[in-house]
Amino acid sequence: MTTYPYSASYVSLPAENVDTDQIIPARFLKTTDKTGLGTLAFHDWRYEAQGAPRPDFVLNRPEARDARILVAGHNFGCGSSREHAPWALLGVGFTAVVSSAFADIFKNNAIKNGLLPVEVDAHTLARLLNRGTGTLTIDLDAQTITDAEESASFPIDPFAKHCLRNGVDQLGFLLDHQDAIAAFEARRGDHAKAAMMAVTS
Amino acid sequence: MPRTLYQKVWDTHLVTAPSASTPGVLYIDLHLVHEVTSPQAFAELRARGLHVRRPDRTIATMDHATPTTPRDAQGRMPVLDAQAATQLEQLAKNCADFGVRLNDIDSPDQGIVHVMGPELGLTQPGSTIVCGDSHTSTHGAFGALAFGIGTSEVGHVLATQCLLQQPAKTMEIRIDGTLSRGVGAKDVILAVIAKTGVGGGTGYVFEYTGSAIRAMTMEQRMTVCNMSIEAGARAGMIAPDETTFAYLHGRRFAPSGTAWDEAVVRWRTFRSDDGARYDATITIDASSLRPMITYGTNPGMAIPVDETVPDPSRVIDSGERRALEHALTYMGVAPNTPLLGTPVDVVFVGSCTNSRLSDLRDAASVLRGRRVAPNVRMLVVPGSRQVKRDAEAEGLDVVFREAGAEWREAGCSMCIAMNGDVVAPGAVAVSTSNRNFEGRQGAGSRTVLASPLTAAASAVAGVITDVRTLL
Repeated sequence: MTTYPYSASYVSLPAENVDTDQIIPARFLKTTDKTGLGTLAFHDWRYEAQGAPRPDFVLNRPEARDARILVAGHNFGCGSSREHAPWALLGVGFTAVVSSAFADIFKNNAIKNGLLPVEVDAHTLARLLNRGTGTLTIDLDAQTITDAEESASFPIDPFAKHCLRNGVDQLGFLLDHQDAIAAFEARRGDHAKAAMMAVTS
Repeated sequence: MPRTLYQKVWDTHLVTAPSASTPGVLYIDLHLVHEVTSPQAFAELRARGLHVRRPDRTIATMDHATPTTPRDAQGRMPVLDAQAATQLEQLAKNCADFGVRLNDIDSPDQGIVHVMGPELGLTQPGSTIVCGDSHTSTHGAFGALAFGIGTSEVGHVLATQCLLQQPAKTMEIRIDGTLSRGVGAKDVILAVIAKTGVGGGTGYVFEYTGSAIRAMTMEQRMTVCNMSIEAGARAGMIAPDETTFAYLHGRRFAPSGTAWDEAVVRWRTFRSDDGARYDATITIDASSLRPMITYGTNPGMAIPVDETVPDPSRVIDSGERRALEHALTYMGVAPNTPLLGTPVDVVFVGSCTNSRLSDLRDAASVLRGRRVAPNVRMLVVPGSRQVKRDAEAEGLDVVFREAGAEWREAGCSMCIAMNGDVVAPGAVAVSTSNRNFEGRQGAGSRTVLASPLTAAASAVAGVITDVRTLL
């Protein structure tokens, strides 16, 4: 679990609409684990067809070695629902992604794995991308992200914030609702039963 | 207060309403499971000693990484890729251990999860449906609230039959008018995404309305809803009507007898009330639409087939300009030039977007009496084994084979290229699938998204072709 606030260096990926097929190509999804995906992150941008690293790709540059924050163009994480995308980014060592917008499912998946989606205004994003690299301080309590020059605030759903701050397990939280769920099932039982035959039958 | 279709489905499935500090708990009626996004979720249940709360509301199939090569004499299909085989075996073990019904590779009901659900009558109006797959939006064609979830949430639904959810905003996509000959559901949704962009729907649930939508068959509506996610929308929905009920009647898991009559009465209530307010509205004139194709590396980069590729130098926003330049370089296409006449290497008819019987009929209508061009490899992959049987019953397989196309077994196949059906680096594929992302159909592959009609026309001509010239 990440402790906030923290300061770490960032690297930039200026591309817009980075889709989850870029973050982790589908051919690497034939795994039954969550781990081991870091070296495959951005595979086809990161390596030549023969497997040699492309020196110009951001993750292959020296400044990426200790970076824990990825700053990326607008609408990061669009496309598929694969949770392998945040698993791969965490595998690289990232604990936060900064962009001006995130795709819904990616954002959901990221939060559940402790990868913080930091949604900043277009001006802040442009400035960070322009500088390319540097140190950022992320304060989850204050919902601010600060670099040497400026501080910007970012929105986060209160429950997501609570979970990230306190390491709350969302499945555990849901399991605490079992009585309410059972009551709901009892309440609507008849028409639900009639409408759909049990798939096990 | 008048409510939208989305609000009605939301309201009827709320176990616990959202508060200022907690999301709502939303009940899920149907959970569809496949091999790629479920193993880690079942592992989580095992680690915590949990069981599947509602196996009677959970059904699994094998689709993403399954081979589509012909079956052997016994009707069996060996999985040669060791990693894929392990993943499929894991799904079989998980389903056996947790009591989940599995339509495995040898089941007559096997198919792409979003083809199988509707086909079996599992997809029903006013219900909530999830799957660890973003194209779950397909099922919204029946007036269900259906959306893709990640693997953590697959675990949540397996264990509790519920999800933590915040309400979405709603966007009405109103499409009135009559579609011209050669223009279909795929062209409609590509035109919608070209208008919204790939992020324009983020935070919204789309509701498709208007006379053009009402005139569509269920399979066409599924094509439209399927690609809602490509605009970033959480889900896409269409209010059920007589077309919906006629499609569902008599299907295996649909109600029957008096239960059917009662269900229809209830289903009719799942429509947006007169005066219901949407957070946004987009209108499109169906009669103005032409066949659409993509020129770039996301589904929003789409143009009418007879238009020219946009010029990055005319794009004001620097980020968008860079993205467009990058996309055109990747695709090997030049600004201000037409795509018509571009040589094609592969044509793929299939995927959860366009692999149903009517899609195959469309493709066959162009191929009948014609040949696939010698420079083109054409794959036709039915969405399910049922679709395959239906197509063969009316001889479509013969049409495809005689034209020189490959007639395959059911699965996701070349849409996601996990199963060995891949497009070579640099090769151009005209594909009826849903994503033209870089490398989507194989590392370095170049995808042009199109309708089954346009795909078949391009296969015959060997170059990107306006199907209206062949009709």
